Amino acid sequence: MSDAIRPLIVGAGPAGIRAAQTLVNAGIRPVVIDEAPSSGGQIYRQRLVPDERSAKDLYGSEAAKAIALHGTFARICDRIDYLPETLVWNLRDKAVDVVTGQRTRRIAFSHLILATGATDRVLPFPGWTLPGVFTLGGSQIALKSQGCAIGEKVVFLGSGPLLYLVAWQYMKAGADVAAVLDTAPFSAKFHLLRGLFAQPSVVLRGFRFAAELMARGVAVHFGVQPVRIDGTTRVEGISWRERGKEHRLACDAVGYGFSLRSETQLADLAGCRNIFDARDRAWRPERDSAGRTSVSGVYIAGDGAGIAGADAAELAGERAGLALLDDAGLPVDHARIGVLERKLASIQKFRNVLESAFPFPESWVTSIADDVTLCRCEEIAVGDARAAVRDQGVSELNRLKALTRVGMGRCQGRMCASAAVEVLASACGRSPDAVGRLRAQPPIKPIPLAVAAEGEAA
Amino acid sequence: MALLKRLSRHELPLVPFTLNGEACSGRAGDTVLTAILTQADRLRLSDFSGNPRAGFCQMGACQDCWVLTSSGARIRACSTALETGMDLQTITEPRS
Amino acid sequence: MSRTLHKDVAIIGGGLVGSSAALALRRMGFSVVLLDKGFCGAQASGVNYGGVRRQGRPPEQIALSQRAHAIWPRLMDLIGVDGEFVRSGHLKLARTEAEMASLEAYAARVADLGLDLELIGGIQLREHFPWIAGDVTGASLCAGDGHANPRLVSAAFAHAARHAGVDVLEHTPVSHVEKALDGFHLSAGSSTEIKARFVINSAGAWAGPFAEAFGEPVPLHAIYPSMIVTEPLNVFMNVNIGAEGGGIYARQVERGNCIVGGMRGEPLAEPDFSRPTGSGAVTIMNRAAALFPALRHAYAIRFWSGTEGEMADRNPVIGFSRTTPNLIHAFGFSGAGFQIAPGVGEVLAELVRDGESRTPIQAFAIDRFARTTQGSRADSEPEPQKRETAQ
Repeated sequence: MSDAIRPLIVGAGPAGIRAAQTLVNAGIRPVVIDEAPSSGGQIYRQRLVPDERSAKDLYGSEAAKAIALHGTFARICDRIDYLPETLVWNLRDKAVDVVTGQRTRRIAFSHLILATGATDRVLPFPGWTLPGVFTLGGSQIALKSQGCAIGEKVVFLGSGPLLYLVAWQYMKAGADVAAVLDTAPFSAKFHLLRGLFAQPSVVLRGFRFAAELMARGVAVHFGVQPVRIDGTTRVEGISWRERGKEHRLACDAVGYGFSLRSETQLADLAGCRNIFDARDRAWRPERDSAGRTSVSGVYIAGDGAGIAGADAAELAGERAGLALLDDAGLPVDHARIGVLERKLASIQKFRNVLESAFPFPESWVTSIADDVTLCRCEEIAVGDARAAVRDQGVSELNRLKALTRVGMGRCQGRMCASAAVEVLASACGRSPDAVGRLRAQPPIKPIPLAVAAEGEAA
Repeated sequence: MALLKRLSRHELPLVPFTLNGEACSGRAGDTVLTAILTQADRLRLSDFSGNPRAGFCQMGACQDCWVLTSSGARIRACSTALETGMDLQTITEPRS
Repeated sequence: MSRTLHKDVAIIGGGLVGSSAALALRRMGFSVVLLDKGFCGAQASGVNYGGVRRQGRPPEQIALSQRAHAIWPRLMDLIGVDGEFVRSGHLKLARTEAEMASLEAYAARVADLGLDLELIGGIQLREHFPWIAGDVTGASLCAGDGHANPRLVSAAFAHAARHAGVDVLEHTPVSHVEKALDGFHLSAGSSTEIKARFVINSAGAWAGPFAEAFGEPVPLHAIYPSMIVTEPLNVFMNVNIGAEGGGIYARQVERGNCIVGGMRGEPLAEPDFSRPTGSGAVTIMNRAAALFPALRHAYAIRFWSGTEGEMADRNPVIGFSRTTPNLIHAFGFSGAGFQIAPGVGEVLAELVRDGESRTPIQAFAIDRFARTTQGSRADSEPEPQKRETAQ
């Protein structure tokens, strides 16, 4: 049986690694494809070369998990076919097209586990394209992987647990954190008390980050409405509104984000049915509690299937691996499945708490001016999208893309689609779920024209 | 003027490269993005308005950090490791 | 709540043909309903290559093509946008002596039809178009041809039609159409009934069943021309490129993206949508990188493909039904409809108003297939035509 199946896993982060481990333990040799040069995903990303920092320096309280995950991957590495620095750019008919450097080839699979993760959800505001503005995830990568702060004097802005985590990591690494600007009101944080029972360590850790930041003199502001990032050729400061008053702070870098958004392109190409996740304000592939999508033989795990964090990703990766084995007629440990599902359900409940504590800034869409760049690739303004609604009656996202080029550039909407949905929905008077979702098209990321095609791999 | 500030990894071996014709050096383990932005404050000019850009997501998603080599090849700076002798050019002229 | 609309003309299919006909008819004073199962212009009209090209068309299409040629520069007046139309010229490359001979033969055949083709030898070609690499023997230039943005043009025609007073019903598929004593009865969407004196079947790749419903089966099948788009690059390509014998066509837009086609995609499970194949896309990309040195290091950032109806003889069907008075067909443009569509729209409006058009369309009669299968055209085997894969 195990010879007959050839599973493919896309992504070597916590979900992908645990899925691969589960299959390897059952005697199956999966293909694991990842864009990064080494495993770990974004959260447990490894340095390109070792340096003087310890795992504790890099991953803080999550160091043990990082070490365990990297250790697992090292142990299974010779029992999987691992393709690092490889992009899956197309998916069709139980095969993927992948590009490694300047070579492309087609790899067939019997089963597919998508563990494609997430990127920061960003919302545009004046100055967001200036050099010195990075996403929260990008700020964290600069620090962990590259040992760099994004500037001499850094402001962190936005919402979500990552805001405090990254600010704290910067402070601990010796960076000058000028302020933390939380778009949620302080009162929203009381929701976290509800989470104390479900995930006490996570909640307490979050409080510790905030407390230590404040103890070290970092100004933490709540209920912030960003006005603009100042500067002409790079960041010079940030202005925001708080309790009706405008404030300004000089800084040379801003890290910001509003939680995360799933990378769903491959699930879309695979034909998976999508549902609107009201909590995440986004469409995501439909899946059952085991990670099965609507397409037989296609599974999804981790933040690519809705945002739930790294711990959930590990559990979901294992769960999807077990589902695959079960569906392939192989024996699985049903007690373990029960444990995994209970833990995942508990984390899901906790995510609802987090979303209340770090709510999406709903006022953004009404406050954002027409001249702000909405699509940073094609440089299309918020007002261009609103004009398409007003003048051409646009009420659907792909139509907006067709008529204005929003989401048509190099990033294929990764950086602008969340905001475009809000702008479109608000302008045409519909709810975010009613304006649809961008259909994925290959290549899901840019590929070289002169790419050399190789024969199909088994 | 540099955009990024090195907080650690000061002792790693130097990796010489060329940036817009000038000799520079980064550190082993740098990405091209880090190597450039610890010396300069931009990677490229945007395609249509010609405004400076210096990357954004650092994880290969936003596609806002493409730089050129002297041979005309494109490199996504955040996901490419710096190599000795790279001849890099940030896009400094607006597109014709 | 069901409703009944009474219109002079019901048009099935809101592509460029249907929407330009709707606009022309409305401006003649007819009441018109334009029906599309999805968004107007979302299929072949909106996601084709964007070539605005007369060169290479069979001689019987040239009169219609010339009529459309006069419309393109007037788009701003007609529909309020220029559709990024550029009269760049269309340069058709020959890669062998035989292909060059074929271009010369074509130029001779259409010499009197006003295309003003200019045959260019290899040396002259390299001098004027140094950005084209490789073994190109020569080319034929049609200086008056160009290209435009199909995404914008198709939507703008439908928008202009709506603005002019056409009832544009999107996401309203026609489920039934029949001829009764008092005209045509159509059922569309979940609750719309339409009574109309005329019906225009401009349903593109979906037109076959409507023709068949009136006893006129046609050899129509779906094709999926697919394109790749590069990142924005410095503008170097100042002419719309085609190739004798097909295989590649390319243009560069003012914003710098190059659009390159030459292969076909394939339908998705939901057959209204198609997608380029991976191997087809790589083939096009490689051909482009080989032919244009400026693209050697470039990246492809997106692909697209659309669903288009192709006829067995690759000529469209345009004209009155032979079975049903006041039914008019216009479909099957076989990957070459974009340029002539605005001209076809005017012709269709004339057919409704006058019962005939000043532009000859006999070659596109729907009964040409019936005649062939019955053997009455045994002496007139259609001339083999070598054309580009799709434009």
